[in-house]
Amino acid sequence: MSLQNFINEAISPWLKEEGDDSDIVLSSRIRLARNFMDIPFSIVAEEDDLQNVLDVFEDNFKHQSFGTYQDFELVRMAELEPVEKRVLVEKHLISPNLAENNSTGAVLISQNEQVSVMINEEDHIRIQLYYPGFQLENALEHASTFDDWLEEKINYAFDENRGYLTSCPTNVGTGMRASVMMHLPALVITQQMNRIVPAINQLGLVVRGIYGEGSEALGNIFQISNQITLGKSEKDIVEDLKSVVQQLIEQERNARNRILNDSGIELEDKVFRSYGVLAHSRIIQSKEASKCLSDVRLGIDLGLIQNVSNTILNELMVLTQPGFLQQYAKKILSPEERDVRRATLIRERLNLEKE
Amino acid sequence: MECQECEKRSATLHFTQVINGHKTEVHLCEYCAQEKGYMNNGEHNFSLHSLLSGLFNFDSAPSLSGSQSTSYNPKNSLQCEKCEMTYHEFTKTGKFGCANCYTTFNEHLHPIFRRVHSGNTKHDGKIPKRAGDAIHLRKTINEHKVKLKELIQNEEFEEAAKARDQIRELEKKLRNDRDGDS
Repeated sequence: MSLQNFINEAISPWLKEEGDDSDIVLSSRIRLARNFMDIPFSIVAEEDDLQNVLDVFEDNFKHQSFGTYQDFELVRMAELEPVEKRVLVEKHLISPNLAENNSTGAVLISQNEQVSVMINEEDHIRIQLYYPGFQLENALEHASTFDDWLEEKINYAFDENRGYLTSCPTNVGTGMRASVMMHLPALVITQQMNRIVPAINQLGLVVRGIYGEGSEALGNIFQISNQITLGKSEKDIVEDLKSVVQQLIEQERNARNRILNDSGIELEDKVFRSYGVLAHSRIIQSKEASKCLSDVRLGIDLGLIQNVSNTILNELMVLTQPGFLQQYAKKILSPEERDVRRATLIRERLNLEKE
Repeated sequence: MECQECEKRSATLHFTQVINGHKTEVHLCEYCAQEKGYMNNGEHNFSLHSLLSGLFNFDSAPSLSGSQSTSYNPKNSLQCEKCEMTYHEFTKTGKFGCANCYTTFNEHLHPIFRRVHSGNTKHDGKIPKRAGDAIHLRKTINEHKVKLKELIQNEEFEEAAKARDQIRELEKKLRNDRDGDS
């Protein structure tokens, strides 16, 4: 397969579109946790119970369409090779947790990969809906109508006082986790993140790395989401998150301008050194690759680097993950082999730009 | 110091193993430590949930006779009749077993929710369409009642009369729906 074709398949169609403020906000996501009223939660359920959950999706939603979400595919974890699961995790379509449920775990994915429904994760149902850029309200609206569509066929566990009942008390109420993925290189360079993160935490929001709980902020990409799910409406939660994200966008833009004015040549040097590393290295670890990709993307956003498309960060952050590298190579690779493949793939991708 | 495994990267992790009194030291880079299984993948060991379950126990009385005392606590023997999860199990795993657990453990949940959700204990968000018809009605009625109060305060009596009629209409509908169910 040519690299161009591989990229086309690897990058979710929705991610190729531009959204608001997409120079800083890479994507917006709404996740809703739901459970069946009469079936025990995954933690204590028998395999038969969870099989029933799966059957409901098999019978009612497989190959169905809803609005712009066409032809839902139902993929069982049991049918997938470990590498294929890893690829789905790296595309954020499933969680590592779901990948481990080989008996009854499954995922329902729309053709454009904008909606995925994890089945038999910690909760019976976890709806995830993505939008490119900063579009939390759109994401909430569509996630909610999609949720209504599922509810036509499913009796949700719901209580007037407690809201949507979930396996973990941290999700009860709205069952909603709204999040945005942000590229904040200038706030990191100017060492403001250390000050900002605790402030954000105090507002009931959480800052994490790109691959969720406990992960590092590779490539200066941060995920910001709500912590509280009970006692606030979905709209208020999204509003609160939105206002914080707006402030972060502004601060990041200010920081970028300040660096450009105060130490333009140093920044230019940093950006082009990283470009050089990506364009010429033969062995590169993922940490270094993400750092350089972040620098190059910053260079593109500030107009220092031209003729390289700004989707390169989003694309290569995903493509250079271990799962994708192995899928592209069509074999299992040792970490050392991956570092070589990663370097090759990045060089090839940059060459595509020149054509 | 360089990593003794790959002999390329610098060693950032230093392990000391004592097996049968024999001490060995291992110096590895992060990469090789992962490969050799010296490091645990964080996800499985120390999660938010293990932290949380620690919080759940905060209201149990300090034990006098070690860990055994928890079994004397009457609420620990509370058991959900649907999924058979006990309150004790719930505090250990930090997860509910089924929807009914919320009812069974209801009176002990307030402090937990308050801690996890900054003082909130009552849902104020979406209500499912199909499952929540009656709830929807009651909610609309309450909203109208708040509006009615405002209108009366502002002395907009004409509008207030309209709102009052709407409330009556909705309450009638709610009563009919309930009768229809039974």
